[in-house]
Parts: sequence; structure tokens; C-alpha cells
Amino acid sequence: MIRLEKRPQASQAFSWAAPLLAVIATMFFGGLLFAVLGKDPITSIMTIFWEPLFGDFAFYYRPQLLIKGAPLVLIAIGLSLGFKAGIWNIGAEGQYIMGAIFGAATGLAFYPTESFLIFPLMVLSGALGGLLWAMIPAILKVKFGTNEILVSLMLVYVAEQFLASMALGLLKNPEGFGFPGSRNLQQYASAHNAELIAGSGMHWGVVAALIAVIFAYVLLARHQLGFAIRVTGEAPRAAKFSGVNPTRLVLFCMGMSGLLAGLAGMFEVAGPAGQITIDFNVGYGFTAIIVAFLGRLHPIGILLAGCLMALTYIGGDIAQSQLGLPAAAIQVFQGMLLFYLLAFDLFTNYRLRVGRTEVA
Amino acid sequence: MKLSTLLASAALALGLAGGAYADAHGKTKVGFVFVGPVGDGGWTYEHNQGRLAVEAEFGDKVETVFVESVAEGPDSERVMTQMALDGADLIFTTSFGYMDPTINVAAKFPDVKFEHATGYKRADNVSTYSARFYEGRAIQGHIAGKMTKSNIIGYIGSFPIPEVIRGINSAYIHAKKVNPDVEFKIVWAYTWFDPAKEADAAKVLIEQGADVVLQHTDSTAPQAAAQEAGNVITFGQASDMAQYAPMPRVSSIIDDWAPYYIARTKAVMDGTWTSTDTWDGIGPGMVGIGEISDAVPADVKEEALALKASIADGSYHPFTGPLKKQDGSDFLAEGETADDGTLAGMNFYVEGITGDIPN
Repeated sequence: MIRLEKRPQASQAFSWAAPLLAVIATMFFGGLLFAVLGKDPITSIMTIFWEPLFGDFAFYYRPQLLIKGAPLVLIAIGLSLGFKAGIWNIGAEGQYIMGAIFGAATGLAFYPTESFLIFPLMVLSGALGGLLWAMIPAILKVKFGTNEILVSLMLVYVAEQFLASMALGLLKNPEGFGFPGSRNLQQYASAHNAELIAGSGMHWGVVAALIAVIFAYVLLARHQLGFAIRVTGEAPRAAKFSGVNPTRLVLFCMGMSGLLAGLAGMFEVAGPAGQITIDFNVGYGFTAIIVAFLGRLHPIGILLAGCLMALTYIGGDIAQSQLGLPAAAIQVFQGMLLFYLLAFDLFTNYRLRVGRTEVA
Repeated sequence: MKLSTLLASAALALGLAGGAYADAHGKTKVGFVFVGPVGDGGWTYEHNQGRLAVEAEFGDKVETVFVESVAEGPDSERVMTQMALDGADLIFTTSFGYMDPTINVAAKFPDVKFEHATGYKRADNVSTYSARFYEGRAIQGHIAGKMTKSNIIGYIGSFPIPEVIRGINSAYIHAKKVNPDVEFKIVWAYTWFDPAKEADAAKVLIEQGADVVLQHTDSTAPQAAAQEAGNVITFGQASDMAQYAPMPRVSSIIDDWAPYYIARTKAVMDGTWTSTDTWDGIGPGMVGIGEISDAVPADVKEEALALKASIADGSYHPFTGPLKKQDGSDFLAEGETADDGTLAGMNFYVEGITGDIPN
């Protein structure tokens, strides 16, 4: 008989092997799914994973990976700090929206003045927007003990309404014939988050994501605050004894994740997206939660996981148009990734035992 | 700049290869970018029907490709670029939010033709097209005004943009014409497609006494809510939604893109494609009126069909004066009809509608 036995200590090796096994299992069972849908499984998997990186038009898709991956990594890094300490900011999507609104509004306020100061100002206000939005659940939690999961999640929907109101009202393009949506920041040089080297996909958001990865790595490995985060998550009682101030920790983790999400939104609206529209947000804030866990809440892991997620999005779209795979199949495929990760995660703390239970 | 050169040269190389391919097989490649799933039963479903009609019409001479549920913004730009790189000759982008991405991608691929639905930005290789849905709304308003017993008509708005406001005005004008006591209750769902939100909106309206629910959202959820409530009538939106006939669905506005898609594909094949702005209604067949069910009394049905005929042959315009704006100021004088510019940018209610357009 097969049974699960708790490991005396969590397996470090398995903790790192689980994501790899999950990817392999996803490829295998995803391939089966595509086969059932009447598509060649090998071609399908190749189209999703190979085509964007090494296909005929890789020169176009590789930069796109950076554009798609950067906001995911940036947001996930922020979230991982809180998640490590058991502080659950589920509302990054809302903070992302608020960062975009603050950033775009700052830029548009100066339109059509051209100045090199405008973009840095937009970066600051974008960060501030995300920070303020995340501070609402943080302060409510600290002062009144509310649940940050619920409050931050609910604020996503508030932010979405706010976004719609901005796109239809205050930030609406005055030359847009009454249609919703702001001016396009791509056509406003001082506010445009352009590619640093044309065709590279490298915009300031990508740079910020890389800086965030390094910053988080140093913070967690070397800094007192990083220690406080880790110890709070792993042993809350020990954290208390070692003098960790839980209030400050909540404010820091929520604030930092909000700030980074706000930055991601600002870089997105000023660059790839270009304008505030009703449907500006496409779920980066939620996908980043998957990215954070797929990356084991580790900065380097998150970087890799962000790239992988971006790959499945871009490859998925290619597979849709070249092979006629339905969007739902691609979404199931992406869902499988998290599903298998959670399944294999079980083996970090448990192992399979085959045989009879010994009677003690 | 470098990227666009790179893309252009790639497109050129591919265009040559694609051209050779086209010569060998005589195939024209047509791409479609969809905002929702093809199974949404409404907006995207009908665009996909148009795609299938193109395939049926030209058979081996065309190849169509599509990507569904594409988010507006950078994702759509990538999908369009990918289609162009893969050798598409003509690309239909079927949501308002694809406007700037379409223009961006079109600039990089001057040899590929683009068709953007419901937008207002054009280029040498970008056409726009849309349908005069407000013509269908006039017929809905007429039936709704005649059929309501509570004199309360519910309206599920998607977003307060000119197209939706135009529909509300058109329906209201024609409901009021046949029933002076009629009152409109408008709920904004802030979504084009979200069955849960749409069902909630419909329930709220029904609770407030509405016995007719009009919708400018794409799912069948309001139909289901009306069916559950009983004695509430609805109209199919974008698609016929005939599975809810004869009650609650008594008629529908059907978007019929097939003739347009076939004509534009033909133009690309013949090399006669030029950038145009098309806004067609019931007459040319872009807006269809679904079968009026037996739940509607015969005389009302007859009037509705007569109204449809007069709009189709151009003898009647749904926005004909005298009409005033909500604030009491003049909109159209006796016998005057609204011009397309006014209609395209309509951002006010006509007199009699209560409530404000949200900002």
C-alpha cells in the first residue's frame, strides 16, 4: 500500500525540483490535451516553448518576452516579500491600476510641455499611487485587525471602477471624439517610456524589474529586515522573541508590494500600453501571484518564473493562430502549471512510502 | 526605427515568400483578432460567423486564422504583428480598444491591409467599419413601448460611450412615441461580456418593476434572468439568441459581418482594396432584425416590420426632429435628421430620459 509520510525536515532539493517537474508534467499532460483536441502534441508544445525563443521571428518575440515578463516580475517580487512573512496582499492588480492612473495623470497634467523632468516625476507618482492604495489594507490591518486578503482584493474592484471613471471622464482624450481613453503617451515624447535600444524590448520597466530582483535578493540574504521577514514567516513566535515589530513589518511588506505594483502599472501605461483605457488592466496583478509561488518566493526563481509565464502567453497566442488551438485550451495549459506545482510541492514536506504501516 | 526597418524587411522577405506561396496555391491569408471567446454567443460569435462565411465563400483560395480573447493594448499589438509576420494579407481587428495598436502595427507593415471595427482612426492601409445598431434599437424601442405593462423599461448599458448612448436614445425615442408614459431605468455594467454582472443588472432592473429588459452587453445571462422571472421580455444582442425565443426573447439585433468580410477579402484578392470608412445599417444588411416571435401581438409585429422597412429603404431616419436634448435645449428641428458626425460623437441623452450619463 502507498501512503504519505511526513518528512522530518522539508526537502530542499524537492523544493527546487518541484517547479521543473511541474513544467515537465504540464508539457506531457498539456500535450495529451492538445492531442485529444486533434492537434499534433509535439508541434503544439514546440510552438509554445520553442517558436518565441528560436523560431523564424524570434527577433520579434524575444523582446516581447521582456515586455510581457517585466510587470509580472516586478509585481511578484513585491508580493513575495509579504508572502514570505505571511502577509497576503492579493490586491496587486488594484495597486497596478492606481500606479498607472497616478503616473499617466502626472504626465498628462504637463501636456504638451516637453521636459526631461516629466518622466521621473511620473515614476515617482506611479510608485506613490501603488503605495497609497496598498496602505489602505495595511493600515486597516494594523489599526483594526482587518483581514488584508479581503480588503486588498476588494480594493481591486474599486480601482477598476476608478479606472473606468478616469478613462471616461477626467483623463479622457479631449481630441478623442467623445470616445473613452486618454491621450496616447507614446505620442508624447517626455512621458513616453520608450525602448532604451530600439527593437530590444528593454524599457525602463524591465530595468526596474531587474533592479528589484537584485534589491530583494540582497534584502533577504543580508539585511536585518530580510531576516525579520523570513523568521516571521517561518516561526512567528520566535520572531516575537527576537524583537520583530509586526506593525512595521506589515506596513513595509504591503507598502513595498504596492509600490512595485504601482511602478509596473506606470511603466506599462507610459510604454507598451500607451493610454489609460477602461480595460487597461489585463490581470498582471493576479498572474504575479502564480509567478511568485512558481518562483518559490525567491528573487531569482521569480525572474525565471516570470519569463516562463511570459513564454506561455506569447507561445500560446502563436499556437492559437498557427494551429487553431482554442484560447481555453491554452488557459487550461497555464492552469496545469500551477496545479502540478502544488501537487509536486506536497513532496517537499512528505514522501511516498510503499509497504505496510508498521505497528508501533 | 530600427525595429520597424527590421520588421518591414522581414515582412518584405516574407511577403515575397508569401507572394510566391500565394501564386503557387492562390491563397489569401486573412487574420481575425477577437476580444472575447468565439463561443460568447454574441459579439465575437458573430465576427467568427463572418470569418466562417469568408472560408465558405472562397474555399481553397483563402486561409483564415484567428486568436480569441485577446486583451486590448500591448497583447493585441503582438498578436497583430505575429499575424502579419506569418504572412496575413488582411487583418480584421474587431474591438474598439484595438484602435491604436492597429494603427501602430499597420505603420510597420505597409503591404498588409487592416480593418478596424468601430474605431475612427484610419491610414492608407487601415479601413474602419461599424454598423448602425441604433436603427435596430428603434425597432426594439417600438416593440418595448407597445409591450410594457408597468411602463418601466430596463436598459443594461455597457460603457457610457457614444455608441451605447445612441442606442439608448434611439430606443427611448421610439418607445416614447408609442407610449408617452414610458420610463427608462438604466444600469451601467461597465463590461461588454460578464454573465454574472449582466445577470445581476437584469435582476435589479426586474426588481425595480421593469418588464422589458434591453441590453447592450453580449451574453445571454439577462435572457436567462428574464426567463426565470417570467413575464419579462428581452431582445437578443449582437447575435439572435434564438434559444430564448419565443419568450423572453421576442426579437433581436443581429450583427451580420459576413457580406462585408467577403467583399473586403475579395477586394484584396482583386487588388482593388482601398482605405474606406463604412457605417452600414439595416439597408445593406449589416444590421439584421431577428424573427419577431409570437409573443408579440400581430399588429405590433406588423408596425415593427413597417418601421424596419422604412429605415431600410431610407425613407425614415431614427433621429428625426423635433427632438430636444435632456437639458431642454434644441437638438433637431422639425423634420431635420441627425448627421453622422453628431451621431458618432453623441454624448447626451434626449429629453425625457432621467439620470445622468456617468463620468
